[in-house]
Amino acid sequence: MNTFELLGQGLLTAMQWSNLLYALIGVTLGTAVGVLPGIGPALTVALLLPVTYKLDPAGSLIMFAGIYYGGMYGGSTTSILLNTPGESASIVTALEGNKMARKGRGGPALATAAIGSFVAGLIATLGLAFIAPSVVKFALSFGPAEYFGLMLLAFMTVSAAFGDSALRGITSLTIGLALGLIGIDQLTGQTRLTMGLPNLFDGISVTTLAVALFAIGETFAVASQKVTGEEKVESVKGSVWMTKDDWKRSWMPWLRGTAIGFPIGAMPAGGADVSSFLSYSAERTFSKHPEEFGHGAIEGVAGPEAANNASAAGTLVPLLTLGLPTTATAAIMLAGFQQFGLQPGPLLFVTNATLVWGLIASLLVANLMLLVLNLPLIGLWVKLLTIPRHWLYAGILVFATLGTIGADGSTFSLGGIPVSFGLGLLMLFGILGYLLRRFHYPIAPVVVGLILGPMAEKSLRQALQISQGDPTALFHSWIAIVLWLLAASAVLVPMYMRYRGSKVLEQIAGDTD
Amino acid sequence: MSTGSSGEQRRPDRAVLVIAAVLMVVAIGIGYGTMQQGGVAGYSPVGPKTVPYIIAAALAGLSIMTAIAGLRGDFPEREEQNVPPILWILGGLAIQMLTMKTVGFSLATGVLFAATAKGFGRGPLWLTIPVGVVFSFIVWFIFSKGLQLSLPAGPFERLF
Repeated sequence: MNTFELLGQGLLTAMQWSNLLYALIGVTLGTAVGVLPGIGPALTVALLLPVTYKLDPAGSLIMFAGIYYGGMYGGSTTSILLNTPGESASIVTALEGNKMARKGRGGPALATAAIGSFVAGLIATLGLAFIAPSVVKFALSFGPAEYFGLMLLAFMTVSAAFGDSALRGITSLTIGLALGLIGIDQLTGQTRLTMGLPNLFDGISVTTLAVALFAIGETFAVASQKVTGEEKVESVKGSVWMTKDDWKRSWMPWLRGTAIGFPIGAMPAGGADVSSFLSYSAERTFSKHPEEFGHGAIEGVAGPEAANNASAAGTLVPLLTLGLPTTATAAIMLAGFQQFGLQPGPLLFVTNATLVWGLIASLLVANLMLLVLNLPLIGLWVKLLTIPRHWLYAGILVFATLGTIGADGSTFSLGGIPVSFGLGLLMLFGILGYLLRRFHYPIAPVVVGLILGPMAEKSLRQALQISQGDPTALFHSWIAIVLWLLAASAVLVPMYMRYRGSKVLEQIAGDTD
Repeated sequence: MSTGSSGEQRRPDRAVLVIAAVLMVVAIGIGYGTMQQGGVAGYSPVGPKTVPYIIAAALAGLSIMTAIAGLRGDFPEREEQNVPPILWILGGLAIQMLTMKTVGFSLATGVLFAATAKGFGRGPLWLTIPVGVVFSFIVWFIFSKGLQLSLPAGPFERLF
């Protein structure tokens, strides 16, 4: 069957009432968490893992992907109207978008962001559909050694390539890898580093760690800030519609943003934040009105917003075809697949073709829903920004602990009193998350390390067992060698650039998503 | 604005040295714990202990590099922190953890809700605790009854 037929069948799956409903819930939630500062798609998907445990796998995954896409849309609203990015991929949007809003052009800024996201999401999702089958064919030839190389590459791009310090990035990653060791060893059934606690036999749950690092750590960090300058929400004045000139200046940046964002998301080369920065600098170079940049140039909103959506779709290429997450959200989605006993990778396209193509087609539908949700209903989302912080964070913590209890409801006896073990871990990791933030360590690598670490270990040990311990087996094919070289350069090239004093990398510090 | 001298004159950063020490302790802990853990004598050269040793070694190496960075004062400057809000929220989490299994989700989480709001400067507790309990109960009802998530029930929840 060719891609068109598969996609057509996928659309039939996506059009089922239940799946449409899941997609709608996903995009609505995603937009909401994108709009709210402090919580992002990674945290939301993590919270929903235990809740969806008993639901339909296809529907749940459609919902997760909807949250991911929705987060990218919603983040732009906060950036434009509040000058505080709702999630990390929208940092650049705040540069030009907020200036536009202050000039009373908030409406067109929101419109170009939403339509740009739609165009990019559409093209990039189609790109995903057409590229995935060939990646799958290629990936079928991968053995454990190649997979290990691939994961090594993902580790390095997630932790060391971006952000302001390779040392701190790799330390974060290693903390995650160490946490991933806890529990029962997959290959031999031996318990490792459980400190004699039966509660730890199943390992650290992804939900607990992600919720603690993202929600609890963030709450501590926000609550302890001394400077609390009142943030001003710009109201949307005038028409939300773009003028003819706006359209003329927007369509090229949309396409350029898509062209930049999709490959960056698809290759393990960092998340949406990276692509939005690159798109912004591209637009500044190509613009006919470079003098407007910094004062509200519409190109500076259109390009990066298209780029971050395109890269969200791009991220799904390695996730679905190789089982390789390159952002925190993708890593948690991988955990979502695993919760249903599904392992993303080339085989998933064979064994669960309906589910995969239904998911891809649902993304097209979700994208359309998001356009509707974000343009005419923008006023509703702006209202979310007016929730006072004390209620907002109190509510976030209620849901955070709800998800944790759902993921790890085990009891631990503390001097005879039954206490919740999951909440104890949540508290510990919450403090960890706060300290990581305080000392400028990135958060995402910890989560990626926890999820990908055990998989990488399995590949490594399988590769070495096949070769009876001969480490040269890890470099037995040219694919593996290339992957190792890429992984090495992902650490060394940025180090050299930092040494040369380039500031670009510091700015594109990937963090929450 | 800040008390520490910035820029030119960089001093050893004591907090970063503490991080380095903690990393080293964790590295030794993982190495020692792995050594102590018995298990089948593997006929394979790579077993369940291989990767823990690699991670322990990596952490030890990172600890040394962090210590060097700390001595050179390479870490970015930190903003001053307001400690009481953190203690309020931490206290809320601790009470919730300790009481959850005994008094049920709504009461324990209601306290957390109020403590968090207090951390952000919103009181008084006699008002926020009831608000939190009602809110948590609604959440409990939706997720426990509607979505069959297994959440601890206390005397209050058992009425339903």
